[in-house]
Amino acid sequence: MHIPDGFLSLSVAAATYGVAASVGAATIVQAKRRFSDRFVPLAGISAAFIFAAQMVNFPIGGGTSGHFLGAMLACLLLGPSVGFWIMSLVLAMQCLLFADGGITALGANILNMGIVGGIVSYWIFALIVKILPTTKGSFLAATFGVSWLAVVLAAFVCSVELGVSGTIPFKIVIPVMTGFHVLIGLGDALVTTAVLSYMLNARPDLVYSWSGSKGAPIGEEVTANG
Amino acid sequence: MDKKKSNRRFIVIALLACLVIAFFLSPLASSSPDGLEKAAENLGFLHLGEVLVWGHSLMPDYSIPFLGERSVSGMIAGLLGTLAVFGLGWGVGFALKRKKQTK
Repeated sequence: MHIPDGFLSLSVAAATYGVAASVGAATIVQAKRRFSDRFVPLAGISAAFIFAAQMVNFPIGGGTSGHFLGAMLACLLLGPSVGFWIMSLVLAMQCLLFADGGITALGANILNMGIVGGIVSYWIFALIVKILPTTKGSFLAATFGVSWLAVVLAAFVCSVELGVSGTIPFKIVIPVMTGFHVLIGLGDALVTTAVLSYMLNARPDLVYSWSGSKGAPIGEEVTANG
Repeated sequence: MDKKKSNRRFIVIALLACLVIAFFLSPLASSSPDGLEKAAENLGFLHLGEVLVWGHSLMPDYSIPFLGERSVSGMIAGLLGTLAVFGLGWGVGFALKRKKQTK
């Protein structure tokens, strides 16, 4: 759902750039407090995985395709602050190097996919896992549900931006966009849950949301395996 | 096995997996329009996106210009893009990490 140039009004483009920049500054402060050394290479891996996996569009029927989003994956592995930055990095590179997503729409794309699909969805995830028992099973169930929701929410906010821009009326675009992304979100949820399931077994020490952060499930002390 | 070695092994294997996805799976990608594009097409505002604001993309639409539209072009673009964001992502992580703490 990378918005190209031309879909958004100037004021929506400017406002969304403003929101993206403010969140960018706030997350730097947060990350500088919490982000530990051992996750640094994983930031590179996450960016590489999201970029590569986003290239593989899968059909959802009716001549339409969708692709992995990865915002929840980045936030779960790296925490919401660095997850947001990794998502923004991928979006910026797709826009600048590959002409995927418009340069005037980059603020909106970061808002939709990095903030709504990333940070906000991660907060929802953190609330849900607080209520659920701290087991791998419930962690993965929440991962699946919220990864799906993240894609749908991002598509919803994208539709709102198109509506506010006067490109297309809300009540026409919202059902179409969310309808497509209800299906696309399942693809994202499957991939994200599979990766998290692998990581919880192989390298639980490299899952920020599992072992390290406040407000996320810290059910057991996880030690780095050798 | 000591921890440093196992970390290095994990990173190398994970990066290789990403490169395999970008190189070997990207040609299998569906070429149908994505959700937003299809919505724009169905609802009649796709033409609004036909403007050129930034014409300096090195690999527009995930292809290497001089290699044309062949799938090898997309495979190489995927490989280069994956390596680029891997390096930059590592850099972002490094720039954002917290200062050394006593713990």
